[in-house]
Amino acid sequence: MSVGALEGALARPEEKYRICGDTGLRVYAKAETLIKVNAVAAVVFLAVGGLFGLLVALTRWPAVHILPAEWFYTALTAHGAAVLLFWIIFFEMAILYFASAILLNCRLAAPKFAWLGFILMIVGSLMATVAVLQGESSVMFTSYVPMKAAPHFYLGIILFAVGALLGCMVFFGTLVIAKEEKTYEGSVPLVTFGAITAAIIAVFTIASGAIILVPTFLWSIGYISHIDTVMYKLVWWAMGHSSQQINVSAHVAVWYAIAALVLGAKPLSEKVSRTAFLLYILFLQLASAHHLLAEPGISSEWKVFNTSYAIYLAVLGSMIHGMSLPGAIEAAQRRRGFNKGVFGWLRQAPWGNPAFSGMFMSLVMFGFLGGISGVVLGTEQINLLMHNTLYVPGHFHATVVAGTTLAFMAVTYLVVPLIFRRELILPAVARWQPYIFGIGVAGISLFMMGAGTLGVSRRHWDITFSDSVFTFDYPGTAFLMMGLNGISAVLAAVGGLMYVVVVVGSILFGKVRDEAAIKANPIVAPGNAVSTYGGEGTLKLPGTIVLVTVFFLAFVLYYFINWKFLSEVWPLS
Amino acid sequence: MAIHAVKGNWWNEPLHRMEVIWISIAFVWGLVMFSAMIYWHIEGKQNLSNEAYRIDPEVFAAHTEAMVEKYTIGEEGDTGVPIVQPPPGSDVYLIARLWEWWPVLQFEKDQSYRLHLSSMDWQHGFSLQPTNINIQVHPDYELVLTLTPNEAGEFFVVCNEFCGVGHHTMVGKIRVIDKQ
Ligand code: HEM
Ligand SMILES: [Cu+2]
Ligand SMILES: [Cu+2]
Repeated sequence: MSVGALEGALARPEEKYRICGDTGLRVYAKAETLIKVNAVAAVVFLAVGGLFGLLVALTRWPAVHILPAEWFYTALTAHGAAVLLFWIIFFEMAILYFASAILLNCRLAAPKFAWLGFILMIVGSLMATVAVLQGESSVMFTSYVPMKAAPHFYLGIILFAVGALLGCMVFFGTLVIAKEEKTYEGSVPLVTFGAITAAIIAVFTIASGAIILVPTFLWSIGYISHIDTVMYKLVWWAMGHSSQQINVSAHVAVWYAIAALVLGAKPLSEKVSRTAFLLYILFLQLASAHHLLAEPGISSEWKVFNTSYAIYLAVLGSMIHGMSLPGAIEAAQRRRGFNKGVFGWLRQAPWGNPAFSGMFMSLVMFGFLGGISGVVLGTEQINLLMHNTLYVPGHFHATVVAGTTLAFMAVTYLVVPLIFRRELILPAVARWQPYIFGIGVAGISLFMMGAGTLGVSRRHWDITFSDSVFTFDYPGTAFLMMGLNGISAVLAAVGGLMYVVVVVGSILFGKVRDEAAIKANPIVAPGNAVSTYGGEGTLKLPGTIVLVTVFFLAFVLYYFINWKFLSEVWPLS
Repeated sequence: MAIHAVKGNWWNEPLHRMEVIWISIAFVWGLVMFSAMIYWHIEGKQNLSNEAYRIDPEVFAAHTEAMVEKYTIGEEGDTGVPIVQPPPGSDVYLIARLWEWWPVLQFEKDQSYRLHLSSMDWQHGFSLQPTNINIQVHPDYELVLTLTPNEAGEFFVVCNEFCGVGHHTMVGKIRVIDKQ
């Protein structure tokens, strides 16, 4: 055999790819298909889960009270699983493949494994959903022992997690190939860096999940007789909370990606933004602590140290991104000439572009509503005022719905044209969607937090306690809050429906995005084909200074108000 | 741009002055919040007790029944739940079980009680309303806390941990009366 033939035989058959007309990136067909299937699965679960969310919210509206008790708890379990686990994690798989294969111009490592992972995730998610809908597993997605679900509920979630783990491995493999084959020069893009953060945390998360769910599954089929309830929570939340840190990393990466694509924004300095991502990994440790503040048998020292993730350094990471992003946007806008006054750059931002408006609302609401309430709720003693009240779902609808979900929705408006290569149908609906959904979600977050502040319990079918021996009347404002929450839920559901209609409709019936369409309707901000060395150090950014100052004052004020509230309740020690 | 690879060493990139200022502020704020929790342990009056034991539900039930036997002063509600008035400073037991808090407790204002909480079955949530104190209750664990009611009136214990289909009917009662 000649040397040439040998080389030919050893060389990998060249995989099919295209050059993206919008970004100039090399898009491999297999990666593209995997992004599509994961994104589609995600949207289907969002639609299903959102519907359950609406039913739950309407039931909690005392004047409507739509579901009977048993169905309510089933719907609530289905809601939590479908949206928090399945919608978000399927979408994150799509993001991982995008941030590795697409952004690095690289083929996907082991696409067959990626498919296997996807199939496991589908089988697992369907199995768990069926288990819940059969009615024998209304244990809430946290499935605290000793309340027992059907075995296939746990098994479904385990399969789903194994599938997600395979996806992470494919992601890491793709990074290695990209480096070896030199498909990019220098350091990976910031967005990919954020995705790496998410994937590393995901591995830790899934390991914790295995440690707790495998024994729980064995217990449900009778191989293990007892699971300690406090230990269960400790390990369960090592999974449950870390997975929220995956969401934060992923949606912050998405924020940067949207700001870059739509406005050509680059971070004020790569060093700071990347270090902020690193803080998420380094100070995650026992983040499950703030879920255990009201539990017996755990010392205060442990709680104080771990709930603050060792002196709030992960919060520091988020606060850094919270300044870096508006800073990057302001800098990009000013460079493009929108220089009028302190906020001219913001007024002139592309508010009609749902990718941008969704991203910016996500950023603001995640910080102001989700971030501040999270830190307050996670303060050891203040937690006594809020533990298991509606304040908790109020808080996390601000983080995981207004933050993560809205950011993922926003980026979908770029994924549809860039990856599915379809023009959006119903552009007017798309334009309004982030606002309708955003306002609705802001409402459910705030009103649930409000009701929680008044002591209203979470996961509770009837706050009038009609069948109880003793009945207690929550204050009238609490009922008002629940009504407003119901109205906001309808708004959020309408926004969610708009999203599903536009996305599914565009994928099925949208005009194919060809050369002409790309010219006529460019998506990616012109210029800035590569990141050049050097930050935005020279620009003055007064708008961002005002924004972060307002944020900081709101934070400090609200934090101390809650200490004041605490000081008024019965002394206990 | 954030979607492109970075040439050159990003670690040596200059920082924006605003970044330095913001990071310093945020870091100091983190220290303040960290210290606040410690400060409250020293000066604050609302701290969750660290005293907890493993306990067999039957043992806990026996302690409770002994207390009820000794200090019952009446009955309340359709099901005749005993009202118990233990002396100030004493050990008081409250059982959480599907779906009731048992018994009804009667406290004197501004007196302290050692309240023991445990569950007979699943997890429950002790949510004292309207004062708004929320504590998790586990089976096999007994939490002991010192509680000092500082207002008289009727208070309710709502279960705020999901405990099955009767969860929303699980309401107990604590009455606080003026010092006798
Ligand atoms: C139309 C949009 C939505 C509405 C109206 C909605 C409403 C609600 C309501 C009213 C609750 C019940 C609170 C309680 O009784 O304890 C709830 C729980 C929850 N929601 Fe949503 N939600 C929506 C979207 C989402 C999304 C997109 C996510 C995740 C990404 C999410 C995650 C959760 C979780 C994890 C729970 C807690 C379930 C549990 O306590 O076990 N929700 N939601
Ligand atoms: Cu209960
Ligand atoms: Cu309950």
